[in-house]
Amino acid sequence: MAMTEAWLTQLPDPTGALEPVQRRGRLALTEQGFPSRRQESWRLTDLKRLEALFQLSLANDSSHVSIPDSWPTVPEQALRLVVNNTNDPLAGFDLPEGISILEGVELEQALGHTLSRCQCASEWPVELNHGVNQQILALRIRGKVPPIELVTFATDAMFMPTRVLLLVEEKAELEVLQVVIAKGHAAHSHLLEIHLGQESKVQHGLLALGEGKESLLANMAIEQEVRSHYSMVAVSHGWSFGRLEPNVVQVGGQASSSIHGLSVTAADQQFAVHSTMRFEGPEGTLDQVQKTVAADRSHSIFNGAIQVPRQAQRTNASQLSRSLLLSGRARVDAKPELQIVADDVRCTHGATVSQLQEDQLFYLRSRGITESSAASLLLRGYCKEVLDLLPLDAASRWLDGALPEGETNP
Amino acid sequence: MIRPDAELLLEINDLHASVEDKPILNGVTLHLKAGEIHAVMGRNGSGKSTLSKVLAGHPAYRVTSGSVRYLGRDLLELEPEERSRLGIFLGFQYPIEIPGVSNLEFLRVSTNARRQNKGQGELDTFDFDDHVRERLQVVQMDPAFLERSVNEGFSGGEKKRNEILQMALLDPVVAILDETDSGLDIDALRIVAGGVNQLASPDNCTLLITHYQRLLDEIIPDYVHVMAAGRILRTGGSELALELEKTGYDWVDQQLAAEGVG
Ligand SMILES: Nc1ncnc2c1ncn2[C@@H]1O[C@H](COP(=O)(O)OP(=O)(O)O)[C@@H](O)[C@H]1O
Ligand SMILES: [Mg+2]
Repeated sequence: MAMTEAWLTQLPDPTGALEPVQRRGRLALTEQGFPSRRQESWRLTDLKRLEALFQLSLANDSSHVSIPDSWPTVPEQALRLVVNNTNDPLAGFDLPEGISILEGVELEQALGHTLSRCQCASEWPVELNHGVNQQILALRIRGKVPPIELVTFATDAMFMPTRVLLLVEEKAELEVLQVVIAKGHAAHSHLLEIHLGQESKVQHGLLALGEGKESLLANMAIEQEVRSHYSMVAVSHGWSFGRLEPNVVQVGGQASSSIHGLSVTAADQQFAVHSTMRFEGPEGTLDQVQKTVAADRSHSIFNGAIQVPRQAQRTNASQLSRSLLLSGRARVDAKPELQIVADDVRCTHGATVSQLQEDQLFYLRSRGITESSAASLLLRGYCKEVLDLLPLDAASRWLDGALPEGETNP
Repeated sequence: MIRPDAELLLEINDLHASVEDKPILNGVTLHLKAGEIHAVMGRNGSGKSTLSKVLAGHPAYRVTSGSVRYLGRDLLELEPEERSRLGIFLGFQYPIEIPGVSNLEFLRVSTNARRQNKGQGELDTFDFDDHVRERLQVVQMDPAFLERSVNEGFSGGEKKRNEILQMALLDPVVAILDETDSGLDIDALRIVAGGVNQLASPDNCTLLITHYQRLLDEIIPDYVHVMAAGRILRTGGSELALELEKTGYDWVDQQLAAEGVG
């Protein structure tokens, strides 16, 4: 489509370690054209907001991103890295034992491997990141390492592409929190690959905070070898336009995955979560709970695919989607997508859409709590159940325990 | 305790109420004075919980006629939260679970709302901690329940204790206890009843809703009212409860039939 091409031609020439990726990405974008609502996964998307990303200026070496001093301190022992497209996140760091940089041939081999295993390498948002991103943070994790906090920050109407690759070796243990912050109409395009070796364990959190007018595209590809344990907790709040796509594949079975999500929308925001869980071996488990809170005229989308092919016998998967509608004009589209071929499996799924419970509100009010305080207490409680699961004590450090309360005009 | 000169606290006159346009209360009249304990008994479905919810201001119930005056005010004009702040307390038959909301925080916020109304200062988290620990003794409740979410995963008996703990903290003028005895074993019943007795004073009154005599062995009521088809059919002293235990409620049907109701 003309618009995509016009945008592509004004980009700086590909450079750096990701140069070939950028070339291929740009080519793919030209070939694919702009997403259309005729494509199932874009059917409900407000594509105007996706187009609007092309108005932003690409963050690169010459952009200046100054780090606010409002950020909380890093917990003791933990390592904080600031990831952006403008400078080397590792400059000036001595990495702790067990964490090393992945470069050269090793990086070449690893790069994109997990995306392919998750069958999402040529998704439009992934190609978009490929096309423009010139930096990558790629780390190898051995043994039990200190927790890592990765902060990504964009401001001033910039388009910030970032990419992270974590190669977690056999039996290694990692706790990683990603904090993605945007202000001033900025947009993020984030790409993450995590490869979990056999019997490794990763606790992964994503706290994505906009201020109401920002955009987020995030694709996360997770590949799990046998007997590995992966848990993701993804919280998003304040995005005018957002699309979060976690893709998890258990390649050898006998692994456990847990995915907990909370997306909160207000005003006229639109946020979509498209998750895919694929079992390629037997006896894998999934525990997935996706919560949404939609206020005002906002629109929340959840698509949860679970794929259980024939070789994934004795899979045990459960998926629950719970939506809270705070206004009569808010909209939630929640849809499970189960593709189950194996016959000996347990797969449960459920979806509820509700309003704040009248009986809960009345109970609080009958104890002297005003209706509006009761409503915000209930809402905080609903969100807290997910927030408390974030690693590195993220909710109390980054949010003072609760998400900021926007003005809601129901 | 009946005193002829006691202040009239709650005056319910010919109260009619409906839910979803279905009439449930059909003319309830009850007068509660300071120092008194009233028991309301009656079969399931007779309208006891509805009466309690109407008094506490549940928005699902609509008062169609009649009046309720509380300390000289029109109670029905007030929001539920205002009623609580002014000293109306409802102990729920089925206390509600609220995941993610800490019991301790909930208790503190509600206690402070009531204290403010009484002209007492708000308690900060430290002072409240001491205060709540002292009040826990009224129902012999384990402090561990303070750390949990409101009523979440509590057993039936623990929920009821948590209700009486709230009563102990809110220090109500009119306490309405809806089936506080249901789901309690005999030891828990004694503890809860002991708490209620301890909180009853010459300045407040209690409306006990129950359909068993056994609670009334522990808390001796001054009056017993029998409710049927949404009104008070008969009123007597504590001996009426014993009589009901023996004779059951069959006479209720006969009386209703004779009156052409039900
Ligand atoms: N929220 C409600 N919606 C519909 N019907 C109700 C509601 N609350 C009470 N009722 C009906 O009102 C009648 C009295 O109920 P209730 O007050 O709970 O009786 P009790 O507490 O004496 O057992 C019953 O027939 C019950 O089904
Ligand atoms: Mg009842």
